[in-house]
Amino acid sequence: MTFLGMPARAPRGVGHLRGDQPFPAAAREALANSQLRRNVGHATTTIRGKSAAVIGELPDWQQLREAGSAIKADVMARLPELLKQLEARVTEAGGVVHWAADANEANAIVTSLVRATGSDRVIKVKSMATQEIGLNEALEAAGIAAVETDLAELIVQLGRDKPSHILVPAIHRNRAEIREIFLRAMPGVDPALTDEPRVLAAAARRYLRETFLSTKVAVSGANFAIAETGTLAVVESEGNGRMCLTLPDTLITVMGIEKVLPTWQDLEVFLQLLPRSSTGERMNPYTTMWTGVTPGDGPQEFHLVLLDNGRSAVLADSVGRQALHCIRCSACLNVCPVYERTGGHAYGSVYPGPIGAVLSPQLTGIEDNASLPYASSLCGACFDACPVKINIPELLVHLRNQAPHPAAERAAMAAAAYTMDHPKLYAAAQRAAKLARIAGRRGQGLPRPLSGWTAARDLPELPKETFRQWWAKR
Amino acid sequence: MNNHSTPAPLRPEDDSGAGSSRDLVLGRLRAALGDQRPAPAEVPRAYQGPAGAGDAHRLAENLADYHATVHHCSTGGIAAVIDRLLAGRAAVVPPGLPEGWLPPGATVLRDDGHLTHAQIAAKDVVITAAAVAIAATGTIVLDASLDQGRRVLTLLPDVHVCIVHTDQVVASVPDAIARLEPGRPLTWISGPSATSDIELDRVEGVHGPRTLHVLLVT
Ligand code: SF4
Repeated sequence: MTFLGMPARAPRGVGHLRGDQPFPAAAREALANSQLRRNVGHATTTIRGKSAAVIGELPDWQQLREAGSAIKADVMARLPELLKQLEARVTEAGGVVHWAADANEANAIVTSLVRATGSDRVIKVKSMATQEIGLNEALEAAGIAAVETDLAELIVQLGRDKPSHILVPAIHRNRAEIREIFLRAMPGVDPALTDEPRVLAAAARRYLRETFLSTKVAVSGANFAIAETGTLAVVESEGNGRMCLTLPDTLITVMGIEKVLPTWQDLEVFLQLLPRSSTGERMNPYTTMWTGVTPGDGPQEFHLVLLDNGRSAVLADSVGRQALHCIRCSACLNVCPVYERTGGHAYGSVYPGPIGAVLSPQLTGIEDNASLPYASSLCGACFDACPVKINIPELLVHLRNQAPHPAAERAAMAAAAYTMDHPKLYAAAQRAAKLARIAGRRGQGLPRPLSGWTAARDLPELPKETFRQWWAKR
Repeated sequence: MNNHSTPAPLRPEDDSGAGSSRDLVLGRLRAALGDQRPAPAEVPRAYQGPAGAGDAHRLAENLADYHATVHHCSTGGIAAVIDRLLAGRAAVVPPGLPEGWLPPGATVLRDDGHLTHAQIAAKDVVITAAAVAIAATGTIVLDASLDQGRRVLTLLPDVHVCIVHTDQVVASVPDAIARLEPGRPLTWISGPSATSDIELDRVEGVHGPRTLHVLLVT
């Protein structure tokens, strides 16, 4: 039995934190898909450039990162108190606060709230938390249709696909593929649809307008929640967020408990950090902030669901807890050489890339995502890019020490990730590993940077096969 | 004493009487932090704080960069600019929008709080004031005051005309945060609705107004 007060992992059998196969196997499939690699490479390169330009406009960027990092550390230290304060403020402002220990409970709460409205359909604005808990599937099982309203989520939903990037979930689809998906799956679409992005966006606008105006319940996530004032904030681009947060009678927001911020003033830090490191904009087109219920303006019924689902277990690890500082900007994905080659699906969880490699195993327990901490070359680019200075490499090493792998396998996985970061080494590694075995000595003669691995006692125990053979077999 | 009962939950006094999941989650979090709570960190706020008045030219540049159309005029010239922008189209306006901003003879529906979503959506244009504008980011913020109206007004029409007085322009995000009232519904707008979901190409106009005009009034 679970004793009250024991931090708990996210339960199995619900939600999307565990992949169908370990990272190396999934990555191998992705590596074979050159279209995917091109799409992802183009997208990450573009965002990196935009982001660097607008970050360069702020002379105090490093000070903002320092502040963001410290605010998040403070939040973790005072999480129970801040959540109770948030609950009190939201309640005073006319909202209703619910607590969900895990995905099953959150899904049950939302389902019963929707049922109580009598609606059999909800509109949704992109939310990692509701993907994490598998809310759409739970609603569908209860006979409630969940309509994703982000263009990218719509592409994913119509394509019966999975999101591959935190910020741009359809990053793996190009315009021609998107046109095909719309023609095939969008009711009432103009058969003369072209693959111009503007035309595709207009098709989505027409398709969703009626749904926005006629649906009585919306489900959202939240980027920030202010304990001091009870204010919730959603940051977005397309206006579908505003539609969901403004038009329906009932709004249900599902929020991971780590999203709370102490003070209103803290927003001045995060509203500078997030857009510039996320979409590479000075500010995203729309941000909506609301506090409980405002008579005559927006939803007159507001529910806030506070979700644990493994977060308490992450908090219990004094090194690992910094993964909870994440503001889901996706900068670490965009700079990651491994992500760039594998795309997001290989990570198995809704949280891909470097942050996924350290967050998913902690939410589920390391045994359910044991290979993810190896999905990195430890190059450190993610640490440098992270607006709240999460030391992802430190976390990766910390988690590798907990991952139940034979030493040789661990070394091989780590080295494989490293070579993905250094394409020329990919081929060299094959020869080098062979040489090392032939030499019969501890990796002597390995070229840099593989020579770094000679220090690891594991290397001579490498499987009696080449990296590529090893990789191919995974 | 009954040895068969389940162990009493860790239930600090101040949480008693609340739902069990609340107790469960809060109890887990306390256990996770342990007895030796990490000391609350001092937050170093060495970044640039509020800097006061903002540069209207910078605002105009940043608005234009995100494809909003900027018009400069005097208070007396507002109606004429709006007349040109309306070009005969019907507009919906919030209850407190100054009458003097509206061109004589314009077809204007004033929101009394009872317009239906369909009635608002049927208008091509919405005209509002703003609460504050941020030069560094090219952002206008609406706070649902009477001259800006409830949030739905600026959401459904395809064209948003927003009147900003230069004394409402602040330098940076910290200035805006300091000026705004958190309890009000707030909408931060930086350019027209946009998506970059298709191959990272920025496309204006998905669900919100596809055109944003900002009148900078001196
Ligand atoms: S870990 Fe840092 S860089 Fe990665 S998504 Fe989270 S906040 Fe962004």
